[in-house]
Amino acid sequence: MPHPEPDMPRLNVSHDASDGVSVTASGCWQVHALALPGVMPALMQRIALPDPSAARWDLTGIEALDHIGAQWFWNAWGKKRPPRLMLAPLQEGHFHRIEQAGELTLPAEPGRTLSLALLWHWADRFIHHLFGLTMLIGQLVLDIAQLARQPQRGPWKEISANVFHAGYRALGITALVGFLIGIVLSYLSSQQLHTFGGDIFIVNILGMSIIRELGPLLAAILVAGRSGSSITAQIGVMRVTEELDAMLVMGLPHGFRLIMPKVIALALAMPLLVIWTDAMALLGGMAAAHLELGLSPIYFLQKLPSAVPLANYWIGLGKGLVFGTVIALIACHFGLRIQPNTESLGHGTTISVVTSITLVILADAVFAIIFSGVGFR
Amino acid sequence: MNAAIHPPVIQIDQLRTQFGDHVVHQDLDLSVNQGEILALIGGSGSGKTTLLRQIIGLETPASGSVRVFGQDIGQASSEQMQTLRHRWGMLFQHGALFSALTVFDNVALPMRELRTLPEDLIRDAVLQKLHMVGLSPADAQKMPADLSGGMVKRVSLARAIALEPELLFLDEPTAGLDPHLSDSFVELIQSLHQAMQLTVVMVTHDLDTIFALATQIAVLADRRVVVKDTPDKVVAFAHPFIEQYFLGDRGRRALAGMHAAGGGSSPT
Repeated sequence: MPHPEPDMPRLNVSHDASDGVSVTASGCWQVHALALPGVMPALMQRIALPDPSAARWDLTGIEALDHIGAQWFWNAWGKKRPPRLMLAPLQEGHFHRIEQAGELTLPAEPGRTLSLALLWHWADRFIHHLFGLTMLIGQLVLDIAQLARQPQRGPWKEISANVFHAGYRALGITALVGFLIGIVLSYLSSQQLHTFGGDIFIVNILGMSIIRELGPLLAAILVAGRSGSSITAQIGVMRVTEELDAMLVMGLPHGFRLIMPKVIALALAMPLLVIWTDAMALLGGMAAAHLELGLSPIYFLQKLPSAVPLANYWIGLGKGLVFGTVIALIACHFGLRIQPNTESLGHGTTISVVTSITLVILADAVFAIIFSGVGFR
Repeated sequence: MNAAIHPPVIQIDQLRTQFGDHVVHQDLDLSVNQGEILALIGGSGSGKTTLLRQIIGLETPASGSVRVFGQDIGQASSEQMQTLRHRWGMLFQHGALFSALTVFDNVALPMRELRTLPEDLIRDAVLQKLHMVGLSPADAQKMPADLSGGMVKRVSLARAIALEPELLFLDEPTAGLDPHLSDSFVELIQSLHQAMQLTVVMVTHDLDTIFALATQIAVLADRRVVVKDTPDKVVAFAHPFIEQYFLGDRGRRALAGMHAAGGGSSPT
C-alpha cells in the first residue's frame, strides 16, 4: 500500500455489510493542513454519505487536531455528536468545548431594499446636514461678532497659519493650471476669430471670460481639492485622536479657535488667489495670442482696460470671497461629522470635496444670474 | 520545561539595536521554550516593544540573529515568513482591529485569507472563537468603534488565535482594563494557554498580571536581558532595577497577593 504524505488530513471510508459505514480519520487535521489547495473539496467528496452521523467514526488515528479541524468534523456530523464515535483523550476537549457552546448563529442582517423608508432616510440626512450647516454659519456669525468686540483676543496666529497653508502654498499649482488654461482658451478662440477676421477681439474674449468667470472658478476648484480635503481630514483625525474633546475640556471652543480661523483665512486668501490665477491665465493667453495671431503683448495690455469694465474685477473678487467661505464651511462641517474610524475618514473627505465643488459651481450660477446686467458694455 | 527534547521556540543571539547614536540593545540573548508564559519587563524606553517587533519581523535589528521555530527571521524567504506568520498570533496594545470591518469580519479575515476554507466552516469557527473569548453572536456584527476597551481586547485576542497559533505575543494585554476585566482577561489567557498548548510572550507593566500569568520573567535592563528565570528567582535576583521594580510598595503588594493565592511557579 503506498504511503501518502504524513501531514495531510486523510479519511478512510469503508462499507461493511454487518456494521454499516465506518470512517477512519488520520494524518494532521490542523488549519494549515486543511487550508492546502484541493484538500477541502477532496474531503467533502469522501464524506458524501447518505447519513454521516450514523457511521462509525474513529478519530484516534489523528496525529494533530485543532479547533478548526474539530469544527469541520462537527459540521460534517450535522452539528451533533454521532452515537458511534471513538476519540483520543486529548481530542475530547475540543469537541466538549464545541458541544458546550451550543448552537451559535449570526443574527440576520437587516435587509437593504429601496423603499420609502430609504428615501425618508436620505431626506432625513439631507435635512440633518442643512440644519448642521445653518448652525455652523450661525456660530460663525457669533464668533466674528466676538472677534470684532475683542480683536486682541482673536486667534490671529491660526488665521495667519491658515492663510499661509491655503494661500501661499497654493500659488504654484494655481499658476500652472491658470497659465495652461489661458493658452488653451487663447488658441481655440483665436482660430475661430481669425476665420471671421476679428483678431483683436481676443482681448475681449480672454479678459471677460477669465476675469469674470474662469479665474475664480479655477482657483476655487483647486483650493477645494487642496485645502478643503486637508481641513476635513485634519478635523476628522482630531476627532479620532480625541483632540476635539481635549479642546472643549480646556475651554477652547471649536467655532472660535478652529472653524472661524479657517473660514477667515480662506475668505482672505481666495480673492488674492483669484487675482493671481487671473494674471497667470491672461499671461498664458497673451503668449498664445502673440504666437498664433501676432498680437503684441503691449497692445494686449493697453487694450485690456477698455475691453473689460472694472465691475468684472469686483465680481471676480466677490466670487473669490464667497467661494473661499463656502469651501471652508463645507470642509469644517464634514470634518466635524467624521466618526472615529478609518472608513468614515475617507468617506467624509470625499463627500466634503465633492460637495464643496458642487456648491461652488452652484454659487457661480447664482452670481451669473444676479449680476447678469452688470459689467457689460 | 523539556528544553532537552524540544528546541527553544524563540532563540535570540547577540542582538544589537541602534536608533541613530542611541543603542537600545547590545549583546542581548534570550530563549523561550515551548509552553512557557514569558513576561518581558523593563523600564520605559528599554526597548521591550522594539524587541517584540523584531521577533515578529516588523523591525530588523542592527546585528545578531532572531530564530523563531528554528527559522532565522532575518534570512527567511517570503514564503517561509508567511508560514511562520500562520504559526503565531499577536495582540496589539490598542487592539489594532480594522475599523472598517465588523467584529465577525475582523476575526474571519485571517481564515478567509487562506482562500480555501468554505464559508460555513469559517462562520462556525469564528463564532466558536468569539465564544472562547466570551463574546456572543450578537456582538459579532458590531463595528470596532462601538466596542468598549475590554471587548476590543477580546476581539483582538480572538483574531490573534483565529489560525490556531502555537505562539502568542501580547503587548500590554491588560493596559487600560479595569481590575475586574483585567482579572478575567488573565483567566482567559490562562485557559487558552491550557486548551491550545500555547507559548506566550507578553510585554506588560502590570505586576498583578505578571505574577498571575508568567511562568518565566525576563528582565530587560542595561541594554540586555539581565536575568530570565521563574518569578521567585527573578525577584530574589540582585540588580538595582529589579529591586526598584518589585520591592517598591506596589511590587510588595503584588508579591504578597501571589503568595497568598499560591500562584507563581514554586514557593520559596
